[in-house]
Amino acid sequence: MEAPLLHLALVGTPNSGKTSLFNALTGSRQKVANYPGVTVERKEGFFVTPLGRQVSVVDLPGTYSLRGRSPDEEITRDIVLGKASGETRPDLVLCVADSTNLRLTIRLLLELKRTGRPIVLVLNMFDIATRRGITVDVTQMADALGVPVVTSIAVRKGGTADLLKLTDEISAGVAPQPQENNWRPLSVAELRATQREADRIIASTVSLPSRPDTWTARIDAVVLHPVGGLIVLALILFVMFQAVFAWAQPLMELLSSSFDALGQFVHDTLPAGLLQSFLQNGVISGVGSVIVFLPQIIIIFLFILLLEDFGYMARAAFLMDRIMGGAGLHGRAFIPLLSSFACAIPGIMATRVIDNRRDRLTTILIAPLMTCSARIPVYTLIISAFIPPKQVWGFINLQGLVMFGLYAAGIISALLVSFLIKFFMLRDYAPAPFMLELPDYKMPRPKSIAIGIFTRAKMFLQRAGTTIFSMMVLIWFLASFPQPPAGAADPAINYSLAAILGKAIAPLLAPVGFNWQIAVALIPGMAAREVAVAALGTVYAIEGGKEAAEQIGQVLATKWSLATALSLLAWYIFAPQCASTLAVIRRETGSWKWMATTFAYMLALAYAASLVVYNVAVALGAG
Amino acid sequence: MTDDKTTLPQTSADTPSGSPLGLAERGYSGVIQHLSAGGAGSALSDVELESRLIELGFVEGAKVEILHEGIVGRDPIAVRVDNVTIAVRRREAMAIIVA
Ligand SMILES: Nc1nc2c(ncn2[C@@H]2O[C@H](COP(=O)(O)OP(=O)(O)OP(=O)(O)O)[C@@H](O)[C@H]2O)c(=O)[nH]1
Ligand SMILES: [Mg+2]
Repeated sequence: MEAPLLHLALVGTPNSGKTSLFNALTGSRQKVANYPGVTVERKEGFFVTPLGRQVSVVDLPGTYSLRGRSPDEEITRDIVLGKASGETRPDLVLCVADSTNLRLTIRLLLELKRTGRPIVLVLNMFDIATRRGITVDVTQMADALGVPVVTSIAVRKGGTADLLKLTDEISAGVAPQPQENNWRPLSVAELRATQREADRIIASTVSLPSRPDTWTARIDAVVLHPVGGLIVLALILFVMFQAVFAWAQPLMELLSSSFDALGQFVHDTLPAGLLQSFLQNGVISGVGSVIVFLPQIIIIFLFILLLEDFGYMARAAFLMDRIMGGAGLHGRAFIPLLSSFACAIPGIMATRVIDNRRDRLTTILIAPLMTCSARIPVYTLIISAFIPPKQVWGFINLQGLVMFGLYAAGIISALLVSFLIKFFMLRDYAPAPFMLELPDYKMPRPKSIAIGIFTRAKMFLQRAGTTIFSMMVLIWFLASFPQPPAGAADPAINYSLAAILGKAIAPLLAPVGFNWQIAVALIPGMAAREVAVAALGTVYAIEGGKEAAEQIGQVLATKWSLATALSLLAWYIFAPQCASTLAVIRRETGSWKWMATTFAYMLALAYAASLVVYNVAVALGAG
Repeated sequence: MTDDKTTLPQTSADTPSGSPLGLAERGYSGVIQHLSAGGAGSALSDVELESRLIELGFVEGAKVEILHEGIVGRDPIAVRVDNVTIAVRRREAMAIIVA
């Protein structure tokens, strides 16, 4: 008879390497980064031990105790205590420790023992401990704790061999029987007693060297300097946004001319007609105009991944805590908000580490105001069409500067909104504490950065191939049918459904300077922001007829006034143009109300901002 | 939990009862004498604050050192507790009595 599936669960203090271990065991690519609170969901994976035992393992959010103070910690508590509905309680709990920092994990382990589950202590990051000269008497520690202890190096090939061997031994031998669950939330006295006990065990089994991590201390002397640290942070953000513009340009031009050539090739090969128009205008102009932005998306992810792996994120949260506090935000909100520059969805999920409900809600409501990577195509398209690529003050690219300004506008308005929420809605507010472990710096690992970028690039291309592609088909259809009557003088698109729809909505958008082509692009753009760019590409390509081989940016520069362009930029800073973000807000807040609130306030801000920008620009003569 | 009265800020660092870590300067190093959540004025209940501090390793006898501080009101502070660095606000650090 085949042995039943063995259920393992990875539990441990934050940032101890649980997800790295999970990835090593199962070959998955879950997100790993060097700050506490990366994992906020339960993730299951499977593997087979060297002796052929089938194993299921769940990766869980890190926690210092089983009390479950924030939504992510509750997930861990519920799995370990078997409270999660439809969940098997783990047969074996792998308590994962950072070997350089055992105090907190051993205390947690003593608490875990009360749940009656069989436990193994995994001394992870043993490579770092060895390098620092930390030695652990593993046998004695196992005796003192009464649980098996193994060492592991999750990020090295073969680094989990001992753990796999132990898993086989455990599943081959008499399976340790789960004991009765005696766990209750520990009183302060019990907590103190478990910590004392942990310290006693560590004192008798671990020898610490006199060699602390001097690199971390040296870097922190600069990076956490009260003034210098803020300058470094501003510099990092500035370079990041400049790079998105400056570094990506050559690659983007290459991609863009390839798509043009491909479109031209289709145009020349196929006979004129619907198929030719569909491929050239719908598929290649539409989807191609979005894929062109891949280099920029890769650059922004590269920056964020490097900062995350290096260990900078927790430092940035430290620096920003009191400054954000002025706007009613919690220091822990910084990491979710910075991740939202990549995409608001993981950013909103990451707010699970914030234990105070109101702090968390405020962060969720403003996360979509952070300039996510899906806005980059829209911004870039308009900036390159309307802002000259001049150098200002000798070294800063004007286009990059405008881009930075748009990012800054997003951040400032997020802070303002948060301030207003604090002022009007949550007045009786006592600031929740900020307590965060600042992990030692680690050299970013090229492989994990590469995997991170690859995953993101794949997601982006998949979106281009699915959501964006299907929207393009729809727009091409709307823009092509009905066909113009024979001998019609106007461009064909003027007779289409798209024009009819666009012109019906256009009066609503006329005060902010949008024409009917923009109106057509904005509606499918509700599904995903990049769609607007693709839609404009298709609409203008069809409108341009046979000569539409020019790039979309050049077309826009001749069709729109500067005021309209600026107004659309302002619109995109605020508009809630992303169905998936709204869905995540609904799920994470558990209510339609907050989703509707987000949608309404962002739309109102977008309209107001565009109205002001357009009218001011027109008054200044840019109309 | 310890039910001492709030240690007054003016208590000097070398009296046996010690003084709150929340008032210490950057560069200060000492040993935790006891926790006294009552006077800290944190948004958390006394029990909750004390539990969290213990879970982060702030227990009697632990060595602490203030490594860094923020710019606004010299807050928060980065505290080395044995071999871990933890960021806390001064308000919560008022509950940690050191000498
Ligand atoms: N040198 C070394 N680094 C490791 C090892 N295991 C993990 N890391 C690094 O430690 C950091 C944290 O790893 P994660 O796997 O994200 O930790 P986690 O326990 O899942 O963290 P949370 O999800 O936040 O609780 C990452 O930078 C990893 O690359 C190891 O065995 N050796
Ligand atoms: Mg993790």
